[in-house]
Amino acid sequence: MASARDEILGRIRAVDRPVSPQVPRDYQRQRHADDPVALLAERIADYQATVHRAATRELPYRIAERLDGRGTIVAPPDVPGEWRVPGVSWLSDDPPLGVSDLEEAAGVLSGCAVAIAETGTIVLDAGRAQGRRVLTLVPDYHLCVVHADQIVVSVPEAIERLDPAGPLTFISGPSATSDIELDRVEGVHGPRTLEVLLVH
Amino acid sequence: MGRNPVTWLGSPTFPDAARRSLGDTQLRGNLRKATTTIRGKRESAVAELDDWEQLRRAGEAVKDDVLANLDTYLERLESAVTERGGVVHWARDAEEANRIVLDLVKQENADEVVKVKSMATAEIGLNEALADGGVNAIETDLAEVIVQLGDDRPSHILVPAIHRNRAEIKEIFAQMPEPPDSDDPRALAEAARTYLRRKFLSAKVAISGANFGVADTGSIVVVESEGNGRMCLTLPETLITVMGVEKVLPRWQDLEVFLQLLPRSSTAERMNPYTSIWSGVTPGDGPQKFHLVLLDNGRTSTLADEVGRQALRCIRCSACLNVCPVYERTGGQAYGSVYPGPIGAILAPQLAGDLHDEQAASLPYASSLCGACYEVCPVRINIPEVLTHLRAEVVEAKGKRTPEAMAMSAAAWVFGSRRRYEAAQKAGSLTRLLARGGNLSSLPWPGSKWTDTRDAPVVPKESLRSWWRRNRG
Repeated sequence: MASARDEILGRIRAVDRPVSPQVPRDYQRQRHADDPVALLAERIADYQATVHRAATRELPYRIAERLDGRGTIVAPPDVPGEWRVPGVSWLSDDPPLGVSDLEEAAGVLSGCAVAIAETGTIVLDAGRAQGRRVLTLVPDYHLCVVHADQIVVSVPEAIERLDPAGPLTFISGPSATSDIELDRVEGVHGPRTLEVLLVH
Repeated sequence: MGRNPVTWLGSPTFPDAARRSLGDTQLRGNLRKATTTIRGKRESAVAELDDWEQLRRAGEAVKDDVLANLDTYLERLESAVTERGGVVHWARDAEEANRIVLDLVKQENADEVVKVKSMATAEIGLNEALADGGVNAIETDLAEVIVQLGDDRPSHILVPAIHRNRAEIKEIFAQMPEPPDSDDPRALAEAARTYLRRKFLSAKVAISGANFGVADTGSIVVVESEGNGRMCLTLPETLITVMGVEKVLPRWQDLEVFLQLLPRSSTAERMNPYTSIWSGVTPGDGPQKFHLVLLDNGRTSTLADEVGRQALRCIRCSACLNVCPVYERTGGQAYGSVYPGPIGAILAPQLAGDLHDEQAASLPYASSLCGACYEVCPVRINIPEVLTHLRAEVVEAKGKRTPEAMAMSAAAWVFGSRRRYEAAQKAGSLTRLLARGGNLSSLPWPGSKWTDTRDAPVVPKESLRSWWRRNRG
């Protein structure tokens, strides 16, 4: 008896299939924005996330301001030293934290790989300052640092920059649902509060 | 091989089911409110992109390329996933897919699994098959929780509980250990969060579907809102993904098209809250065992139909449901399938593959052919064209002697010649003599088959053709 694999591929090959079309790529692969940082800030805010701006030199101060009084904050092992501001109870993912540690933590601080201005999306690729996927999922508060040079305007520009090898997470606002009367409400299983620090 | 569960066993035909649901004023009210909201939002989300038409054409072409080279792309996806530490399985039909998944769950000694909302697993009746095998499948998408706890059936592709309003949902959630204290959507979402938290943190096995699978890179994509998807895709040790074979995309670059088309068409957002993309297994991050089950279940036979196969382009956005005047009035359950609405009317009967089945054969008639579905479809599926094509096949399947078949072949004979067509129009206007109050209530056989159950509109006094000739000729 043929295997399921052979049989399915055989069924496909037995079909008189159409000629493969040329894919038209005449949509806009790049889009222009006068001020991508401002556009990103506006679009993230549309999702009920909070956006703060910071000049590079004042970043540690801004981080401290956001995290003040929040309790234990999880940090991926490779966040830059100056992000780990004093006065915060830091919990490093080295050695790897258990789920119950993450459940008890008040929040998480991370960087990102790419941000898409037009859609208000930040993308994590498990690279520098981002850590394992679970770190930015279980704690209820997520503070994400985005640098101006990580911002692109359109989705195609982001796809081109990303490396498909690592696990990727696209985040557009806090956890939400449209399941009740097709109306968006924030706050289900992912972090219910998302704050973004735009560094420029 | 068993019966394909894509249509629900024992469902009435569409006209019978529709008659029943039309009497449910609560249902009609809930649906009208929800679909009106989403229609307006979708329009503005789409209007923001001035290259929307180009994106639709690109989406259509990518999917047609997939159908033209499906074998090549599936083999490529299989080797990319395998290279990155995943295991690929193939399933000819629902029964085989369910058995593969149940065996994998048993191998992990799990008697409970958490699930991300997935049309493919709903189509094959996976939850029921797991229950028969002693495994409890817990749905984690809010709308799926509403359906599961309400012991109900889904009525929409994206929002399976769209037929329920907030007050009804509060009542259903009353059985939770910590029930919601009001019907405010925030309170309802909070109740679902509390209810599922422990399940997520303790589950050993998760089951998901896939929105896309990229052949070149082995990347699997799951698009969601609540974070229940991320929980399932990240926390358990073992992840099993069931993916219809047509969900494969050739290249990584193709995502730049679909990650624009899908969110704006489905939830009418610039982007959905969360999209997860992974490839095989990542050491130290997420599930350390990954299984991909590639599902046929009627897709290759649909591929063989030259007109009908465009239904396989579908990305399950549900925009066509939200604009359909028939769907808005009958609701999704009347279609007797997990795939309701215009796309369901062409997809469910094709996957079921049996037009002798009265219920499946009634689905292509669940439409007024107004064409709104085609206009909003992000991959340009010409649903009216497939509907009329399937109607002709239904008639053929019924045999040549039925009044309908005779009418269809008579129509073909009339449409075949201009002289006959004009003569028939004149004869048609004679039927006015039989009419009372603008409607014909009884026609001679075979027309009586129609007028026994409904009135036929009267043919106008003068046809457009003769009016045109008289006035402009």
